[in-house]
Amino acid sequence: MAQVTLRKIVKEYEGGVQAVKGIDLDIDDHEFVVLVGPSGCGKSTTLRMIAGLEEITSGDIAIGGSIVNDIPPRDRDIAMVFQNYALYPHMTVFENMAFGLTLRKFPKEEIKRRVDNAARILDIGTLLERKPKALSGGQRQRVAMGRAIVRDPKVFLFDEPLSNLDAKLRVQMRTEIKKVHQTVRTTTVYVTHDQVEAMTLADRVVVMNHGVIEQVGPPTELYHHPVTKFVAGFIGSPAMNFIPGRLVNGGAALNVVLPDGITLPVPAERAGRYAAHAGREILFGIRPEHLTEIRPNDHRPHLAAFEAAPEVVEPMGMETLLHFWMQGNEICARVDPATPAEPGVKQTLAADMSQMHLIDPQTEKVL
Amino acid sequence: MSGASFATGGATASATYQKVGSIRAERRRVLIGAYIALAVFVVFFLLPPVYMLITSLKSSAEIADLSGNPWIVTRPTLQNYWELLTEGNYLLHFRNSIIVTACVVAITMVISILAAFSLSRMRFWGSGVLATGVFLTYLVPETLLFIPLFQIIGGIGMYNNLWAMVLIYPTLTVPFCTWIMIGYFSSIPKELDEAALIDGANHFQMLWKIFIPVALPGILAATIFAFTVSWAQFLYPMAFLVSSEQMVLTTGIVSDLIRGDTFVWGKIMAGALMAALPPLLVYAFLMDYYIAGLTAGATKG
Amino acid sequence: MADGSAIAAGRVPATAGQPRTGTLKRMARRRSTLAFLMALPLLAVIAGLVIYPFFYAIELSMLNKRMTRFVGIDNFTFLLGRETFQLVIFQSVLFAVTAVIAKALIGFVLAHVLHALPAKGQRKWRGMLLVPWVIPPAVSTLAWWWLFDPSYSAFNWMLAVFGAGPVPWLGDAGWARFAVILVNTWYGAPFFMIMYLAALKSVPDQLYEAAAIDGATGIQKLRYVTLPMMRNIISITVLFSLIVTFANFDIVRILTNGGPQDRTHLFGTYAFQVGIQSGDIPLGAAVSLFMFPLLAVFAVLILRGVNQRTKEGL
Repeated sequence: MAQVTLRKIVKEYEGGVQAVKGIDLDIDDHEFVVLVGPSGCGKSTTLRMIAGLEEITSGDIAIGGSIVNDIPPRDRDIAMVFQNYALYPHMTVFENMAFGLTLRKFPKEEIKRRVDNAARILDIGTLLERKPKALSGGQRQRVAMGRAIVRDPKVFLFDEPLSNLDAKLRVQMRTEIKKVHQTVRTTTVYVTHDQVEAMTLADRVVVMNHGVIEQVGPPTELYHHPVTKFVAGFIGSPAMNFIPGRLVNGGAALNVVLPDGITLPVPAERAGRYAAHAGREILFGIRPEHLTEIRPNDHRPHLAAFEAAPEVVEPMGMETLLHFWMQGNEICARVDPATPAEPGVKQTLAADMSQMHLIDPQTEKVL
Repeated sequence: MSGASFATGGATASATYQKVGSIRAERRRVLIGAYIALAVFVVFFLLPPVYMLITSLKSSAEIADLSGNPWIVTRPTLQNYWELLTEGNYLLHFRNSIIVTACVVAITMVISILAAFSLSRMRFWGSGVLATGVFLTYLVPETLLFIPLFQIIGGIGMYNNLWAMVLIYPTLTVPFCTWIMIGYFSSIPKELDEAALIDGANHFQMLWKIFIPVALPGILAATIFAFTVSWAQFLYPMAFLVSSEQMVLTTGIVSDLIRGDTFVWGKIMAGALMAALPPLLVYAFLMDYYIAGLTAGATKG
Repeated sequence: MADGSAIAAGRVPATAGQPRTGTLKRMARRRSTLAFLMALPLLAVIAGLVIYPFFYAIELSMLNKRMTRFVGIDNFTFLLGRETFQLVIFQSVLFAVTAVIAKALIGFVLAHVLHALPAKGQRKWRGMLLVPWVIPPAVSTLAWWWLFDPSYSAFNWMLAVFGAGPVPWLGDAGWARFAVILVNTWYGAPFFMIMYLAALKSVPDQLYEAAAIDGATGIQKLRYVTLPMMRNIISITVLFSLIVTFANFDIVRILTNGGPQDRTHLFGTYAFQVGIQSGDIPLGAAVSLFMFPLLAVFAVLILRGVNQRTKEGL
C-alpha cells in the first residue's frame, strides 16, 4: 500500500490538444480518492496515466515514493477495474482472478488461497467455475473487483466501474465497493462522472474540469464551501441556482439585489468578507434545499422571504420541487410536500441566507 | 358514450380477427411457394453430385450400355472405389493434397494471426496502408499472376515439385485470413488488452492467452477458408506439376483417368466424389462458424 | 524475482534525471519494431508472391517468345489484332456479366425463401443449397462434363424421354457458352445466397413492423426497406463475384478447354493455353495482364463499398 503523488502532470495529444493541464495531487496511503467531472475533463486520462496505460507528456507520477513515469503497467503494482469489466471471456471466474498471479508465477496454493479469500470478501465463492457470459452485471462487477483484490496491489484504480449497471444495482455495488475498501484498506483512485457516487464513496473528492483540478476536499467541504462556480454547480442535486444580481450597500447591512427587485439581506457575519465587493455585479448562488417554504416556528436565522410563482410543480414524494423563472434564469426550490403549490400561483418562499454563495462573474471564483 | 366506444371496439376486434385468418392463409401460401422453389433449386443444385454417386456405383459395362436409364443403377458395385484405392496413384494424390493443405493451413494461420494482431493492435509506420494492401491482394485472382510465378518457380528449381504448392498457395489464403482475423481482433474491446497489460502480460502472452482463445471462432473460420482454397486449387498444380506422383487430387483425377480418348467415367466419378468428401464433411460440421466468419469478413472492416 | 530486479534496473536510469519520456518512448519504438516483425511474413508473402510477380509479369510481357529481346508493347498490340483474343475479351465480359446476374437473382430469391422458412428447418435446407459451393469446382465440373457428354449425356436422355432432340451441349458454340454460364451460376449462386441471407438477417424486424404500420405492402417493403438496407452488401458481393467469374479458370478448362473453336476461352484459360501449353510465356503474361485494368476498377469500387460500410458501422 502506498501514497500516490502527481506533480505538474500534463497530457498532450498529437495535434497539441491538452487533456490534462499540469495537475498536482497527493493521495495518502489507505485513502479513497474520487476524481469527478464532466466527460472530457481529463479524469480518465489522469487515471490511465497513473495506471501506465497513457504516457505522460511532462511531470512526475510517484507510487509509494518511487517515480513510475517510465515503468510499464505490469511493474507498477496497481490493479484496475474497467467500466465494461474487461473480464477474459474464455476464462472461468477463478482463472480470471488468478490470471495476474499466474503470469507472475505465484505458487498454485498461494493463488488458490488469495482467490478464495477475495471470493469470500465479495461473496462470489459459488461462481468460481462459471464463465463471465453466465454472470449478471453485478456479478461481473464483483469478479472485476476480485481480480484487483487478489493481486494485493499498492493501488486500486477504478474507471467508472458502475456506469454499466442499472440504477438499483449501482447503489448496491456502491455500498459494496465502500465495504471492500474498508476491509482491504488499499489506496484507491476512483473515476466517475456521477457526483453522488463521488460524495458517497470518497474520503476526498477531486473535482476536475477542462484538464485542471477545480477543488480537492472531503465531500462535505465541497458541498458547503465550493471554491468555484463550477464546483458549486457540479456538486449537489438538483444543482445550485445561480442568479445574476448586484451587491448593494444598504446602510446597516449588505443586500443582494436580484432581478424583479427582490432584495435579500446578507447575514451580518459575512459582511466583512463581502465588503470589498459592494456595488459590483455578482452571481448569487443558493441550493434548492435552501429555498424552502416558510415553516411555522422556523428558527433558522437569516431567512429572507420573497414571492415567486412556480411554473412547474414536481412532487417527488419526500419533497416537492418548484421551478420558476427569474428573468430567464431557471430557479429550483425544494419544499415540503405538504406545502400547497399550484403552477402560476404566487407563493412565499424563504431563502436561507446563511447558506448563500456569492460568485465573481468574471473569475467564477466563490467570494 | 362508453357503451358506444365499447361497441366500436368490439367491431374492430372482430374485423382484425378475420384479417388474422387471411394473414395466416397468405402466410401458408407463401410458405408453400417457398418450399416449391426450394425443392426446384435443391434438385438443380444436387443433380451433379447425385449423378456422380450414381455413376460411381456402376460398372464400366453398365455405363457403356446406352439402352438403359442413366439415372438408375441396376447392379451397384464398389469396384470403382476399390480399384482407385488399391491401384494407381489415387491414394498418392490424396496424400499429396493432405500434405499441401495441412502445410498451407498451418503456414497461413501463423502468418495471418501474427500479422492481424500486429495490424489491429500495435500499429507501426505504414500499417494502415498494409491493411488496405492486404484486402487488395485478396482481390487478385490466381489467373493474373500464374505465368510470372511459373517462371519464378522454374527459376528456383521447384518446377514439378509438390512443395512449390506449399510455397505459393499462401498468396491465395493469407490475405483473406488476415482480413478475417483483423476484423475479429478489432472487435475485442481495448480494455481487455489493458487488463492483460496490468495483469502483467507481454505482447506474446496477450496474443496467446487472450486474443487467440477469444477469437477462436474467427480462427476456425479462417482455417476453414484456407483449407477450402488449398484443397480446391486447380490452376497452380495444373501449371506447375506434370508428373503423376507429384500431383494433387484436383489435377490427378483428370490426368490419370483420362488416357487419350478413353474415359473411365465410373472411376472418375468415384474419385471426384471422394475428393469432394473432406470439404463436405468439414462444412457439415462447421458450416455456421465458416459462414459467420465469411460474412463478417466480407461485410465488416 | 527476475521481474523485481528488472523493475529496479529500469527505475535507476529513470530517476537519474534523464528526460522523462526516454524509456517509454523507447518502449513504444520497441513495440512498433515488434509489430513490424510480426507483420513481416505477411509483407514477405505480398511483396515476394504478389508485387514482385506483377512487375515481373510486366517485364515478361515485353519480351519476344524466346525471351531474348525487348519488344515493347508488341505483344499487346499483336493480341488486340487477333480475332481469337477479341473473342476472349468478349466472352470474358459476357460470361462474367450474365453469370453474375443469374447468380445474384437466384441467390436473392433463395435468400428470401430461406429467410421465410421457420428457423428450425432453415439450417438443413441451407446446408443442401450450399453443396455446389462447397465441392471444389475442379471436381464438380467433372460431373457436369459427364452430364454433357456427347454420347452418354444424361440430360439428353431425359430430353429424349420428352421427345426433344439431343442437344450438342459442348459441341456447339452457343450451347457451350450456355453450359459454361450454367455451371458458373450453379457454382456461384450459393455464395450470393448466404451473403444475402446474412444481410437479410441483419435488417432489424422493427423496420418491417414500422413499414407495415405505415401501410407498406410486401413489394414496397422490399423496395423501401430491404433493398436500401442491403444495397452495400449487394454491390460488394456483385463486384467480388464479377472478379472471380471474370478471372475464372477451372470450369472452362475442364468443361470445354476453350472450345469449340475458341468460342468459350476466357483470359485465364487462354493465357494458360498460350503461355504454358504453347510455351509463349511473354504472350501468356500479356493475356493475363489485360485483365488488370478491369480488375483494378472493380477492386477500387469494392474497397470503397467496404470502407463506407465500416464507416456506417454496420
